[in-house]
Amino acid sequence: MDINTAQELIVDAKVENLPLVNEFVEKVMAPLEPSMKVQMQIDLVVEEIFVNIANYAYGEGQGKAILQVQVTDSPPAVELVFMDEGMPYNPLDREEPDPEQSLEERKIGGWGIFLVKKNVDEVTYAFSEGKNILTLRKKIS
Amino acid sequence: MEIKKEQNGAALTIALSGRLDAVTAPDFDKVVQNDLTGITDLTLDFSELVYVASAGLRVLLLAQKRMKKQGSMKLVHVSKDVKDVLEMTGFIDFLTIED
Repeated sequence: MDINTAQELIVDAKVENLPLVNEFVEKVMAPLEPSMKVQMQIDLVVEEIFVNIANYAYGEGQGKAILQVQVTDSPPAVELVFMDEGMPYNPLDREEPDPEQSLEERKIGGWGIFLVKKNVDEVTYAFSEGKNILTLRKKIS
Repeated sequence: MEIKKEQNGAALTIALSGRLDAVTAPDFDKVVQNDLTGITDLTLDFSELVYVASAGLRVLLLAQKRMKKQGSMKLVHVSKDVKDVLEMTGFIDFLTIED
């Protein structure tokens, strides 16, 4: 099994850095030649997590987001690890919105984490050494 | 993302191209907040839209809620990827989507 080395990106946790983060992930994943659909799903997951960190982790203050990406080719899969040093927050604890809800009942927000869970195979949260650590795994078929 | 608007009386067509993500959704939000006064027939043309994330869904929901009060809204030429996201989240159930 050939395992590529994990690659790391450290950026200011600001929404305007989203294209930079997407580009980094696309570059690391390129050897797997993911389909357009898989790439779109990964973009979506990366966006929702990164934007959550950018908007909420540091409150009114500023800080960094750290992203480690590792691909394996046998079986083809990607692991994404997002870290921040903001307030301890487990996004997986948040109450999930209900896709059956009508227009009138439907809340405006809360769909980000829902989309993350729908588009990866595994997501785990840990708080360790002052860092929120969210680890996502997805098989690339 | 590029936003093109075409108004014909009380009918407005908004064509979005590119990515409706957290970076670009605020621009679409501005259009929804400012340009729907007096509009009874809103068409969102997604033929050039390749991607939508939750920040975009939020604006779509606001637009749909508003148009339900004052007229109607439909989405046209929605790509497969964008439709997938609308399906996953159940948004497809209350949006009107035409080819």
